[in-house]
This record gives sequence, structure tokens and C-alpha cells, in this order.
Amino acid sequence: MTQHDGTHIPGQPENNQPSSSVDEHIVLNVAELSQLHIDASDVARCVLEMTGVLALFEQMRDVDTTGVEPMSHPFDTTQTLRVDEVTEVDQRTRFQAIAPEISTGFYLVPRVVE
Amino acid sequence: MTELHTKPISEMLQDLDNKVYSSVELTRHFLERIKQFDSSLNSYITVTGELALARAEQMDKARQQGNHGPLAGIPIAHKDLICTRDVRTSAGSKMLDNFISPYDATLVEQLEQAGAVILGKTNMDEFAMGSSNENSYYGAVRNPWHTDHVPGGSSGGSAAAVAAGLCAAATGTDTGGSIRQPAAFCGITGLKPTYGRVSRWGVIAYASSLDQAGPMTRTAEDAALLLQSMAGHDPRDSTSSNTPVPDYLAHLTQSIRGSRIGLCQEYLEEGLDEASRAAVLSAASTLESLGAVISDVSLPTTKQAIPAYYIIAPAECSANLSRYDGVRFGYRCDNPQSIEDLYKRSRSEGLGREVKSRIMVGAFALSAGYYDAYYRKAQQIRRLISEDFGRAFEQVDYILGPTTPSPAFALGEKVNDQVAMYLQDIYTIAVNLAGLPAISLPAGFSRGLPVGLQLIGRHMDEPGLLRLGHQFQQATDWHRQRPQLA
Repeated sequence: MTQHDGTHIPGQPENNQPSSSVDEHIVLNVAELSQLHIDASDVARCVLEMTGVLALFEQMRDVDTTGVEPMSHPFDTTQTLRVDEVTEVDQRTRFQAIAPEISTGFYLVPRVVE
Repeated sequence: MTELHTKPISEMLQDLDNKVYSSVELTRHFLERIKQFDSSLNSYITVTGELALARAEQMDKARQQGNHGPLAGIPIAHKDLICTRDVRTSAGSKMLDNFISPYDATLVEQLEQAGAVILGKTNMDEFAMGSSNENSYYGAVRNPWHTDHVPGGSSGGSAAAVAAGLCAAATGTDTGGSIRQPAAFCGITGLKPTYGRVSRWGVIAYASSLDQAGPMTRTAEDAALLLQSMAGHDPRDSTSSNTPVPDYLAHLTQSIRGSRIGLCQEYLEEGLDEASRAAVLSAASTLESLGAVISDVSLPTTKQAIPAYYIIAPAECSANLSRYDGVRFGYRCDNPQSIEDLYKRSRSEGLGREVKSRIMVGAFALSAGYYDAYYRKAQQIRRLISEDFGRAFEQVDYILGPTTPSPAFALGEKVNDQVAMYLQDIYTIAVNLAGLPAISLPAGFSRGLPVGLQLIGRHMDEPGLLRLGHQFQQATDWHRQRPQLA
């Protein structure tokens, strides 16, 4: 199974095996996916750092995981469900008291549509 | 009053009952110590002195009236990852430096109902990402045993504050060792409960399938006292367990005779500090003398737990931390020119280097083309790790080993070597991946710094871990050693 977030990063590894190859393009692309800005002067450091971390991930190659079911949660149980009824009370004023910028009950952001 | 801060909570409760001192006096004593010593340790981000004294007064009245909870009047601190209503909850980040939580975490409510007095909020690695407490926006915390050394992380402020006698106990959270490793480095007791034992509601999320809050205390008995109030099902956390909460104190004094304890061979291999190895083997002998049966066990996937963890935790963090966008709360950049500029600059300016690095690694591991090779592979290894524990627990009841590969390292020693820092977590992270409970206990010293012993139990066997810890502490005095503060 492959989960797609809609963005493809070039240089993907073959045979589903980890690869420690990281370049400037990958770092900038991942930063974009993460909504982070990286200064041009910091890109080389990020490449180096990520290369080091991915080299650590190479240790996973030593383990044969053929046929092993992925585990996403410590307990393989279904999440508990609750009755579908409203339990939260309106706390808009309280929550908006800590917002950076609001107006008449709305959160303000820069203009999106001209 | 001079040595009051060294007492375990169990003794403080007796003293409060016997009117040896009041909660107000006790609270004032801790606040004075914070004032005197915390400028050199930096273990607190926020001290709530006035609130604490007012609360202590209330608890003294409640005690007089005989109408009080089990921890009435005991001054504790909360890790600053845990939401406290009307008090800043920063997560050690510039992003939340201005965040006054509009609500209490469930565990804060529970401890308040038990009567605890909150002295303040403790320093930590930003968003609980770190093993040294050097990743805090509020500066590094120093180890009370040697102020040129780290206290561990990410709950380093809680560990340092308990060790230095700046609170009676503290809460921490543990995603990959963040309670146990700082507990080991600072010579205190730290319990990471079973995943789901303590509600995560109101605990700022790092990696939701791994995060768990727990007590950081001077003794196993104190950990039992705190956990008694913290544990339990919370309908607001769909991953919290509805397994009934046992009477932890009642189990403490039961004999450990016949308990089967496995010495994990992979945890004693090359790379372990010699004095730490000797401390673990000596602890095994002590437990054997108390009637436990010691044997060897193997956890073959130990080494691969580190890459698996450092994929899974960042992957979850990349999703969890996407909420910090400068819109509803937290840091917002100046004069954003567009919505994208608002998101990017708020996040880039508000988040620290290690947090940004983990978000990016997580986004990378989840991205198209890399998902199977990294994230899926890590999840498969997580399964193998869990199965390793399952096999070991067919042979033994508990697994014994060191908490960390070495005692506390020097400040700055690993700050520019990310991978070396990650390797510090080798003995603690598998526990989180499998959702198991584990306790770190003071077990000796190496180069004048505390050494921690780790005991791992089956799911929900906190009673057994606390009993082993208590019995071990009845037979040893490592937990009674105190640092000399300057």
C-alpha cells in the first residue's frame, strides 16, 4: 500500500528499500510540504543533517519484513465510539481571546481572494 | 524545615496529618528553594507562586475539616507540555510562548481533585523533542548533580526540579524515553505507564500513538501515589483504557519472591558504560536476594527500534504540528503578505531547529515514493519489536536493563550530532513502540553522576513494576542520595 499526498519527490528508492541519498531538491521539496521556509544559507546544513538521519534508517535493511503486517498503534483494537451527541459548549470567546487577530467572531488572515 | 524538600510524599502526608507543618509552610519552602536555586538550574519556565500559596491555604482548611483528597497540600510541578487553565503552556517553544491554555488537561484536573498544589510549569525540550533539554526556547536545564551536564530530556525540567528538591514530585511525558531517561540522569524515579493508562487529553501532542504521561518522583511509593490519581478512563481521549485502576499502594509491600526477571542481553552489549553495566548486574543480584528469579532474555530487534522510532514519531509529529499555522493561537509572524507567507513564516520563526528537522523527516517518510521504504517498513519493524516483547514475556514477568547507555553527558557535547543524540534512546524507545509500561530507578553512580535501572512490564502491570521498585528501594539507598546545590 502506498499513501499519496499528491506530491511526488524525485529520486525515490528502488525495491522499497531505504536510501540515504538526499539532495538540495529533496530538502526544499520537503520544506515546501511542511510549510517551512529554509534560508538559502541553511540548505546545505539541512541536506547534511537529513543525510545523517537517513543513514541511520539504513539499519532497517538488516531486517526481513516480508509478510509482516504493519503496526500503527500499540494495541490492535478499534477505537471506542461514543454516542453521537453534542458534548462541547460554545467557548468561542474564550478560545478567541488567545487568537493573534480576530474580528466579530472570525479569525483574520491575509486576503486570500482578490 | 531545612531538609523538608528531601522527604518523599508519603512522609509529607504524615507530617501534614500530624500538623508538623502546614501546606502553606511546605509550599513556601519549595518556592523559596526555587528562588534560591533555579537561576542556576533553569528547571522552571513558569512559577505560579501566588496561585500555589492560595491553593495551599485552601488545602490546609480542607485537611482541618477532614474533607480532602489523597494528595491534599502536596506541592508538585507539571511539565509545560501539559495544559493548565489560565496559565501559560509553552511546550518549551517560541510558538506557544504566548499561549494561555483555556482548559486543564484531564490529568491536571485529576491531580487537582486529589488536592495537589501546583508550583509551576517545568522546562522541557521543545514539543518534547530531545534527549538533553537543550532544545528549549527558554534555555537548557542543568543537571543538579553536575551543572555542566544535561538533565536528559525531554522532561528534563521535571527531573531536575525533583532531584534538586524544588518540588515534591512532577509530571512528565514519555514518547521515546522522555520520563525515564531524565529520571535516570537526575537520580530519581520515573514511571512511563502503559499506553492508554493516563489520559492524553490536554497533553500537547507530539506522536499520538506513542505519547504517555506519568509521574516523576523520589520513590516508587510516591509514583504509586501520583499514578493512583492520574490513571483511569477518560471519555475525552478515545485511546484511553477502560481497564479498572488497581490500588497501587496495596501492591507495594507484597513479596516479589518468585517474580521472573529477564536480563536483556542486547541491552548489555558493547556501547554500555561499564559502571552502568555493573550497576544493572548489582541490581539484579539485589532483586535475586529478595526472591526474584533472574534469567537471560533476548529482544533481537533492539537495534532497529531507533530507526523505526525516528521515522514513526516524526511522521506523526509532521501531522500533529501542522496545527501551528499562526491563525488561531500561538506565534504569528509580523506583516504577513499572503496566507502562504503567514503559514510559512509563522512556522519557520516560531519553531526551533530540531522540531523543524523532525517535521521535515516525517513529511519525507510519508511522501509518495518513500512511504513504503520508510514509514511502512518502520511500522513492520514496530510489529516485530512488539512480538519480541511478547516472546520474552512468555519466559519472564519483567525485563531488566539499563535506562541509558551512559550517565548524563556534558552540555553541548551532542548538540551538533543529531544521530549521536538519537542513539541515547536505544533502551527506552522500544517500550513506547510496544505501548508497554516501564520504570527507571536510581541504581548507582558513574563518574559522580546517577545511573538508572529500567524495568519493563507487561501491559497494565504498573502494580508489579511499582512493587519491584518499592522493594528494591527498601533494600538500597540510591534513591536517598541528594545532589549538593551551589
